[in-house]
Amino acid sequence: MQDRGAVAGRNNQDGVRLGYRPVVHGIGLCLALAACWLLLSGHFQILLLSLGAASVAFCVWIAMRMDLIDHEGVPMQITWAGLRYVPWLLWEIVKANIDVAQRVLSPSLTITPRMFDALSSQKTDLGQVLYANSITLTPGTVAVDLRPGVIQVHALNDGAAEGILDGEMDRRVAAVEVRQ
Amino acid sequence: MIGQLVDGVSWLLLLAGAAFVIIGAFGMLRFPDFYTRLHPAGLTDTMGAGLILLGLLLQTGAAIVAIKLLIIAVFLLFTSPTSSHATARAALAAGLRPWQNHNAGGGEPGKDSGT
Repeated sequence: MQDRGAVAGRNNQDGVRLGYRPVVHGIGLCLALAACWLLLSGHFQILLLSLGAASVAFCVWIAMRMDLIDHEGVPMQITWAGLRYVPWLLWEIVKANIDVAQRVLSPSLTITPRMFDALSSQKTDLGQVLYANSITLTPGTVAVDLRPGVIQVHALNDGAAEGILDGEMDRRVAAVEVRQ
Repeated sequence: MIGQLVDGVSWLLLLAGAAFVIIGAFGMLRFPDFYTRLHPAGLTDTMGAGLILLGLLLQTGAAIVAIKLLIIAVFLLFTSPTSSHATARAALAAGLRPWQNHNAGGGEPGKDSGT
């Protein structure tokens, strides 16, 4: 319970530090939902557009009632830095895929699985979740448990474990989180 | 000519994606315990699904369909690690011990960083 309290306290600080502005996040959510609706429907008649506008308004209203419109529910502050992080992550995923595929196909069992703790230097919960999901998305490593500042990782072999422990992914995710 | 080239590349991507799905399934059958089986399952989610979606992307003429395929890829990038993490965490919470490869000098027997 103590951890939970610490995390909640950190949340409030995040909100202040990231310049929490509900109106801006609300407008951001409206724009994102509207873009999503237009791209998925592809219809531009007046009737369908107004139905879309009504459903966007309804969704934003529900999100407001559920208190979801903040820097975590609508993480606009990391949009551009996040988009720059994606190509690097995808390339890491491709390399890890080829490595794990080779281990699956190799006649002898070349895996040395182990569990270890990796330090995460992200300051916000959002950043830590982004880091943990990046670890899990990369084949060969799975984030098993999450505590403030520490991620417990299961790695398929030593190479995959060292890939996390060298800290490059940690640094890159921390850079995404800080940049606004 | 260009159309045939795009078609050929698309087929290569689809076949490569299918190969990754099959390798992932094979790894899930072959690896020794729950935690190690999570890793080949990741092959199916990432390269398998990704390459198949790329191959399909080249088959679509309409932008509206291509956008839908891209949105599927984005959703997969968010949902698949979340579900993998949930299953792994549930296994740890239930007290499942990770298998270790003693032949290859993995970790020490019966010792892990689990709490």
